[in-house]
Amino acid sequence: MTQDRQASGSPPIVHLSKLNKHYGELHVLKDIDLTVTPGEVVVIIGASGSGKSTLIRCVNGLEEFQQGELEVDGNTLLPNGKATKALQKIRTEVGMVFQQFNLFPHLSVLDNVVLAPMKVRGWDRDRAEATAQRLLARVGIGDQAGKYPSQLSGGQQQRVALARALAMEPRLMLFDEPTSALDPEMIGEVLDAMRELANEGMTMMIVTHEMGFAREVADRVIFIDKGRIAEQGRPEQIFDSPQQAPTQSFLSRVLKH
Amino acid sequence: MDVTFQFNWQAAFASLPHLVAGIPYTLLISFGGLAIGFFIGIVVGLLRISRTAWLRWPAIIYIEIFRGTPVLVQVLFIFYGLPQLLGGPINALVAGIAAIAVNSGAYISEIVRGGVQSIERGQSEAGLSLGLSRGQAFRYVIWPQAFRRMIPPLGNQGIISIKDTSLFSVIGVGELVRQGQIYIATTFTALEVYLMVALLYLVITLSLSLALRLLERKGLVGQ
Ligand SMILES: Nc1ncnc2c1ncn2[C@@H]1O[C@H](COP(=O)(O)OP(=O)(O)OP(=O)(O)O)[C@@H](O)[C@H]1O
Ligand SMILES: [Mg+2]
Repeated sequence: MTQDRQASGSPPIVHLSKLNKHYGELHVLKDIDLTVTPGEVVVIIGASGSGKSTLIRCVNGLEEFQQGELEVDGNTLLPNGKATKALQKIRTEVGMVFQQFNLFPHLSVLDNVVLAPMKVRGWDRDRAEATAQRLLARVGIGDQAGKYPSQLSGGQQQRVALARALAMEPRLMLFDEPTSALDPEMIGEVLDAMRELANEGMTMMIVTHEMGFAREVADRVIFIDKGRIAEQGRPEQIFDSPQQAPTQSFLSRVLKH
Repeated sequence: MDVTFQFNWQAAFASLPHLVAGIPYTLLISFGGLAIGFFIGIVVGLLRISRTAWLRWPAIIYIEIFRGTPVLVQVLFIFYGLPQLLGGPINALVAGIAAIAVNSGAYISEIVRGGVQSIERGQSEAGLSLGLSRGQAFRYVIWPQAFRRMIPPLGNQGIISIKDTSLFSVIGVGELVRQGQIYIATTFTALEVYLMVALLYLVITLSLSLALRLLERKGLVGQ
């Protein structure tokens, strides 16, 4: 887990410059500058309402922004962007795992996973199912492919959601508090699957409150305070010797428990 | 008080063959109208939730007009009023189907809107984040779930529209009530005949309820 995992000199996969986002009067993201290189694992932390979700949702265009520039894997999104070709390309290359899983309840586990590869990538069913079975087995639910999401535990559902995103062979994975809706005993199994993915070299942007996981897996930790990147650095740097007062007070609050 | 029991079963059964002749008309008007109404409902219901104001407003106006006026007035307008504009008569059956179509279409629009809006935002976000286009996310993710939730209110609307067709005896379509009226005019057995008419409506509406319940149960597997 060292800096050299980021192939130096390779072009960034995510590049945000002077990105600003407003919800009406509310200025949610302020002058965000952020570059993520291929293979990097970036963990975003911050208080509730600081703009963490909004930030990663901008990366795959689930949220629009008002000023600045956003480039993902060579595709540029402009402010107030309407549905464009670039947006579609970005979403095809970027996977996302949500806090509430958001599995499709009317489809079996297998059909959840094969839907996008078949409809977006144009794979035939055999190829999509082979990939799906491999991914489901990899996240430890190979024997549940025929079930419906409601028949699975929360931890299993979130692992299906991970397999579903991975089936698109994304270049970048976004996670928005993937374990926050889980019972404590199921958090570990989801973090294990994510850790494995990180070790395989997937580029990841993760919003989480699991500080132990962040310290272990992150190449870089970004602390967001009131819509601004207040501090960032290696995990040990952020967790052991934070420089900014907001970071210090946030960490003293969350690490106490 | 001594009331003589006057119900004449024989007269009741004798009327059945005449009444049954009205069933095809009742079914044709109901289901023909509902099929078109369903199509109208999908289009208008989706326009109704469009984010574009000039698409949304015509939908709102349509819904308010046809939900806010009686279906009887609508069919009278179509059958007696429209010919003045068109310069030629309208077939009563066509007028009946059209009235059910525009009337149920307004209600079904609201059912479609409610169904689609009841699906959590996270569903379409998950679809979009996988690279599905808006259209694909709607077709494969939103619509199947919304449709399932729409089945009970659609069934309700179906039953209401079937019963609404009984009003169309006024324009002379030979549906169930009209057949009953014709029969009674010569036999004077109103009690027996209207009871039979009521029972025939019940058979139709109960069959629909049952069919929808089966459909719903089938659709709910795994949910
Ligand atoms: N759709 C919306 N409309 C208006 N305001 C919103 C909307 N979504 C989020 N906000 C506001 O934007 C701010 C940032 O929200 P965001 O969800 O990004 O925070 P967060 O850091 O992810 O918080 P949490 O840890 O609670 O998930 C909050 O003040 C929130 O109330
Ligand atoms: Mg959040």
